[in-house]
Amino acid sequence: MDYVAGILPSLLDGTAVTLQMFFATIVISLPLGLFLALARISRFEALKSAVGVYIWLFRGTPLMLQLLFIYYGLPFVPYIGVRLPDFPAALLAFVLNYAAYFAEIFRAGIQSIDRGQYEGAKVLGMTYVQTMRRIILPQVIKRVLPPISNETITLVKDTSLIYVLAMNDLLRTTRALVQRDFNTTPFIVAAVFYLIMTLMLTWLFQKLEKKYAVYDE
Amino acid sequence: MNMINAVNICKKFNQLEVLKGISLTVDKGEVIAIIGPSGSGKSTFLRCLNRLETIDQGIIEIEGDVLVKSDAAGKIHYAAEAKARQICRRMGMVFQQFNLFPHLTVLENVMEAPGTVKGLARETILPQAEELLHKVGLADKRDVYPSRLSGGQKQRVAIARALAMNPDIMLFDEPTSALDPELTGEVLKAMRKLAEEHMTMLVVTHEMAFAREVANRVVFMDNGEIVEQGTPEDVFGSPSHARTQAFLNTVVR
Repeated sequence: MDYVAGILPSLLDGTAVTLQMFFATIVISLPLGLFLALARISRFEALKSAVGVYIWLFRGTPLMLQLLFIYYGLPFVPYIGVRLPDFPAALLAFVLNYAAYFAEIFRAGIQSIDRGQYEGAKVLGMTYVQTMRRIILPQVIKRVLPPISNETITLVKDTSLIYVLAMNDLLRTTRALVQRDFNTTPFIVAAVFYLIMTLMLTWLFQKLEKKYAVYDE
Repeated sequence: MNMINAVNICKKFNQLEVLKGISLTVDKGEVIAIIGPSGSGKSTFLRCLNRLETIDQGIIEIEGDVLVKSDAAGKIHYAAEAKARQICRRMGMVFQQFNLFPHLTVLENVMEAPGTVKGLARETILPQAEELLHKVGLADKRDVYPSRLSGGQKQRVAIARALAMNPDIMLFDEPTSALDPELTGEVLKAMRKLAEEHMTMLVVTHEMAFAREVANRVVFMDNGEIVEQGTPEDVFGSPSHARTQAFLNTVVR
């Protein structure tokens, strides 16, 4: 017990890094995913295909590869050639990757809404933007909550990939402790930390689903 | 001035001609029942009037404003988006499948468009919305979500929702076809009330009794054409066309 108390401060520091990466990714990638979904179903063919290619690229390659490429590869890309510090590089990779997944979830949600909803709004004189904002998207949120919840929980665990950039998140801190002390207890403590984080998310999404359960379709 | 002036409306779905030159004018306060076999194009015609479907040829004018017009070369010109929306807003529509907004309560369904589209304040809309719900007999359901209503109740909410935009014309697309037989009466009653208030109405329907008793004019469509039109007495009593007779024999026993 004393040992656990002793390693807690460094594990909490690692957790802080993990949580920063998690929240920053969610806050940017959710709206970006929605925006990409709307582009993917828009009337503009060039935009549609561009987003299609983007989604294909970022869902079709390993997240680890994307992380490594943005951190180590981007500086050598002609014209772009920027070297990003580790946190922004990792954040960029996570945002681009998760936005692609969220885009597909939102697209499926939007396309699952009955045509009659658009017609009902149209004959009342609503514009496309009004229809989306007031009628379609509120219903989409209810339908996409379960898959979004899934992705969000996956993201908590995916943040551990940043150890490859030598960032001291929860997992890398834990591993360092294990190697230093020849003791595997930190792994168990780290597992508990991850479980607490995902449990919070599970509760949050259950609450949201309950909130949206006031109406049936 | 005509409320609706439709001239020579043609419409194809791929190769299939669904409207083959429909012309119809509607005067203020007229109640017109459009009847005919399924696939005759009557719903499509109604949906063309408020551009839920686009037409390939013809002219549609609503209260003197041109919604769409084809030129001499046969090219079709719709009014600009904002103008077209403003024209179509003068027509309320009631659908076979209700199309209520499931995430909004009954009252919110009725108040949504006046608030969002006309930008009216909630205090302004609320009394009218409550009055409309009272009118269709659903004042006690105002805070209920649509999924809790029967089909007949849903359709009456849909009528109230359309009326909340103060339309000059009401379009009904088979409003009772999705209802259990015992629920059609309450919807027809609400429509009858509207007709008595001299609302201009176009009703695509299979309810022959309603067409006979409430409509001023009955239009019989078959195979994308208006075959015959006239007063209910004429069309039901002494149909002049063989196709009308054949259709009426199948539906009126």
